[in-house]
Amino acid sequence: MSNEETIQQEYNITIYTENQVGLLNRIAIIFTRRKINIDSLNTSPSEIESIHRFNIVITESEEVVRKLTRQIEKQVEVLKVYYHTNEDVIWQELALYKVSTDVIAEKVSVERLLRENGARAVVIRKDYTVFETTGHREETDNLINILQPFGLIEFVRSARVAIIKDSEGFNSKLREFERLEPGEEVIENEYLNKGSKVFTM
Amino acid sequence: MEVAQQEILTQAPAKETTKVSGSVALLEALIAEGVDTIFGYPGGAIMPIYDALYDYNDKLNHILVRHEQGGTHAGQGYARTSGKVGVVFATSGPGATNLVTGLADAQIDSTPLVCITGQVFAHLLGTDAFQETDVINITTPVTKWNYQVTDANEIPEVIAKAFYIAKSGRPGPVLIDITKNAQIQLFDYEGYTKCNHIRSYRPKPIVRMQYIEQAAALINQAKKPFILFGQGVLLGSAEQEFKAFVEKSGIPAAWTILGAGAIPTGHPLNVGMLGMHGNYGPNVLTNDCDVLIAIGMRFDDRVTGRLDKYAKQAKVIHLDIDPAEIDKNVKTTVPVWGDCKETLPLLTALVEEKQHTEWVKLFNEYTRKEVEAVIHDELNPTSGEMTMGEVIKQLNDLTHGEAIIVTDVGQHQMVACRYAQFNKTRSNVTSGGLGTMGFALPAAIGAKYGAQDRTVVAIIGDGGFQMTCQELGTIMQSGVDVKIIILNNRFLGMVRQWQELFNERRYSFVDIQSPDFVALAAAYRIPGKCIAEREDLQGALKEMLDNKGSFLLEVLVTKENNVFPMVPQGCSVSEIRLK
Repeated sequence: MSNEETIQQEYNITIYTENQVGLLNRIAIIFTRRKINIDSLNTSPSEIESIHRFNIVITESEEVVRKLTRQIEKQVEVLKVYYHTNEDVIWQELALYKVSTDVIAEKVSVERLLRENGARAVVIRKDYTVFETTGHREETDNLINILQPFGLIEFVRSARVAIIKDSEGFNSKLREFERLEPGEEVIENEYLNKGSKVFTM
Repeated sequence: MEVAQQEILTQAPAKETTKVSGSVALLEALIAEGVDTIFGYPGGAIMPIYDALYDYNDKLNHILVRHEQGGTHAGQGYARTSGKVGVVFATSGPGATNLVTGLADAQIDSTPLVCITGQVFAHLLGTDAFQETDVINITTPVTKWNYQVTDANEIPEVIAKAFYIAKSGRPGPVLIDITKNAQIQLFDYEGYTKCNHIRSYRPKPIVRMQYIEQAAALINQAKKPFILFGQGVLLGSAEQEFKAFVEKSGIPAAWTILGAGAIPTGHPLNVGMLGMHGNYGPNVLTNDCDVLIAIGMRFDDRVTGRLDKYAKQAKVIHLDIDPAEIDKNVKTTVPVWGDCKETLPLLTALVEEKQHTEWVKLFNEYTRKEVEAVIHDELNPTSGEMTMGEVIKQLNDLTHGEAIIVTDVGQHQMVACRYAQFNKTRSNVTSGGLGTMGFALPAAIGAKYGAQDRTVVAIIGDGGFQMTCQELGTIMQSGVDVKIIILNNRFLGMVRQWQELFNERRYSFVDIQSPDFVALAAAYRIPGKCIAEREDLQGALKEMLDNKGSFLLEVLVTKENNVFPMVPQGCSVSEIRLK
């Protein structure tokens, strides 16, 4: 095993799956079984409604990541798995900051700092304002530090989403896949909270 | 007891189709899949299915087990000997949680099962209802696939998927959890269609010819090639293809315990068993061969011993249907992805016809050493108490290697696998990966239903027998013909062996007492016998085999025998000890 394979670093794991109840758990336990912490996890529909895309970030060696991806790909409802180092992807996290509008209005320096950090106002109310930035962890962290002295009220950050640099043809392949064989609709439990109307026991 | 009356959900009257309940649709699906036997246990949440089963008695033979774990092991035994999917029914809550050990066993040993569990009404999910448990999440790590049905309309398609997933590719257990309302619900039934494709699921990787060619080139250049074969050969029904490959290439072949019987024990190129208690030659020469050809096996740690000293000198060719197995434990030089039923003939066509006479001779020399040091005395003792090995040898002589041998876990398992003769495929049923004590008795019941024209002999230790001995009740009631041999050394022998060798004989809780096994069998109206003398062995085995119906034979064997050879944990396969 070469040294490169054993060096731990951040890996971005991209997973295309069916949209099915329980799949998140099936994927998550592949990490937890090995006591690997998930640094970041994002899941939402891809450009195709019935196909979900997971972005999972973990810090591990390539050897471990390769074995993990094969175990994930083995799951019946997983379509495809890729893994990439940070150099191979372009990624962003979204952050929201809620601060007192009075402070912003009074201190000119705050507005400048926000502008310098690429923050955009999403909501402006009399009592508070919500700003949004996107960027890498260090960048969104930086703005927390800046706003802290000015009375940061609430902060939230999303998981990482990553675009693969070398992903020629992904979208067209995905659309062709869906066109040839459309995905199935997810079936949920339609009886919750209808017990008294539906059944006699 | 809760009694569900009727589902009063109004459905829009549509075109005239047959209205059936979810339960009936399930049973029709099983029949369409060729199921003849179900191992199960009823309970509140699965009552509608059992009510429907009442009318299917002539088509589906339901075997009432005594514990749901026994149901899963019986399903496994059935699957292993028949090559079909084992089917198990259990109720919700404790019924479902009792399946977990069997599911885990089936998952690690790639055994196709479809387990149906009843579940509380869909509207009660998450309310901590009576006998509600989150069976889907509990079983996710130990199933190939699982799914919860809350609407009867889903049943035909879901059951079709369940059977397809369980048996295709690398087989495994599937669990379908059906809420009670879906079992009762009447729906427009449009018949059953088998599943043969799921868009996200590729059971077999595409065979790549360039790897076949590379593998053949390596084999043709090899001076000391060595084949390791596992259950993949059996699961792929590739015994003939495998035999053709071995015979044309002239390469000595050794087996993992789940691969036993893929070619007959007596075949001249079958050089024995791999692993911790495997044969001397196959272990030592793993670190001497130049090309290692692994077929349908997964390099379990009990086979490889210390990995950083495992076959480092060899080029490794790995044939497997599961891409995740390639490079998982042992780095492969040439990965031959695919079903060995397809890849082996391609490989056979390209390998040169050869005889590795000197190399095979070397294996035989190691065999001679092992016979001298271990095997001779184990199989032919003339004084002292009986050994486990001589029981197996006598059994071989009487069954001529034609019987199905079902083993539990521990010393008797290793001895039975080492010495049992297997002339036919699908003859060795054992818990390999999970090492589940208590496996053998229920698995033997299933094994018999899976191969009704064959003799089934369960070989069990005194410890393991007591884990699932309630299945004697299943044997009594069903009348299934299972021969049971208890090799009783009055110890939890394998743990005791380790404590003797590695813990300075500190025998910590391995001294196990047993009931009068013959009296226990008699309580279940199963005839039995207990012997302690060598001179009674052959006669007692004969009596057991000749008995019409089940028979329990308890053999008192040496208390403190050790299984050798042995690769101690943390050691390399070439550091195998003969004593």
